[in-house]
Amino acid sequence: MCTGIVENTRVSGSGKGPRGWFPLDQASVSFDHPDHAQAERAVIIDLPNRTAGPESRIAIELTPESARDLVRAILASLSRGEGTGPGTRNESAH
Amino acid sequence: MQTYRTDMYEGMIAETVTVSGHDDTAINAYFARPLGQGPFPGVVLIHHAPGWDEWYRETTRRFAHHGYLAISPNIYQQFGHGVPEDVAAKVRAVGGVADDDVLGDVIGSMGYLKSLPQSNGKVGIFGTCSGGRQVYLVACRAKGFDAAVDCWGGRVVMSQQELTPKYPVAPIDYTKDLSCPLLGLFGEEDQFPSPQQVAQNEQELKKYGKTYEFHMYPKAGHGFFYYNRPGYRQEQAVDGWNKIWDFFEKYLGPSDNH
Repeated sequence: MCTGIVENTRVSGSGKGPRGWFPLDQASVSFDHPDHAQAERAVIIDLPNRTAGPESRIAIELTPESARDLVRAILASLSRGEGTGPGTRNESAH
Repeated sequence: MQTYRTDMYEGMIAETVTVSGHDDTAINAYFARPLGQGPFPGVVLIHHAPGWDEWYRETTRRFAHHGYLAISPNIYQQFGHGVPEDVAAKVRAVGGVADDDVLGDVIGSMGYLKSLPQSNGKVGIFGTCSGGRQVYLVACRAKGFDAAVDCWGGRVVMSQQELTPKYPVAPIDYTKDLSCPLLGLFGEEDQFPSPQQVAQNEQELKKYGKTYEFHMYPKAGHGFFYYNRPGYRQEQAVDGWNKIWDFFEKYLGPSDNH
């Protein structure tokens, strides 16, 4: 862990890994060396499957720019889906 | 190092062994050595943040190829077994492995090498990335190493905010206790460590009159030895490896007793 940058947060939902769906309760977000992405540093998101071994995690490695794009997309979908922003489901229904 | 000729015999053995690690726990280590009676110098390799992976086993064999008794302990063993990158993810999520535990694992590995009948009694230590940081830490806190190579170890210099129960003291703050000559290889485009942090580290080494060589490579960032990563820099990597062979030969003795 050369950077030591990790943010852990509790989450609630489900993930699909190599052994099928499993409940999610934690996400670890790091800024460190990726194993596969072609970048020196990446935003690494690990979603562990606590009911199975470490190989059952869901892993994502994103370039910093694409990580920001993903954050924006998540927030935009929340905003629209929960009716709190422009172009929301409620607005378009009228 | 003896120049290879096509009429020379060459051979090595490489295998997983068990060593006594921190708190006397048995941990796996990858051990490679040249065939022959020696005496051979030894090197302990501390693996990097991506885990106890193929690059480290290859590099362990590379040291054996160059005439060293080489051992790389699995300093992540307490976190369980699995594919190295998955185990590394687990370690990353919990904020890394404690410095005290690494110290114990590396001292145990050094003891293993020194106990071998082929040992010349000298042992060096090598590490990259987080392993480079741990090299610095161990070379300061443990006695018995004869030379240390820190390749781009990040967080030798740490802010107060970065200190945790696992990393209670920044390695730079142990500099006065550095017990062997140190070689440091860095890339000027790296940010972990940044060139400023490397310069700060160098000032501390000068302050305490330590024997060291630092080389800062232009047009290189972090991990420029890793041929499987986009940060690989051929020219800088070749030069860096040559500096390592020269440095270890100077302080550990000849490695050509095949």
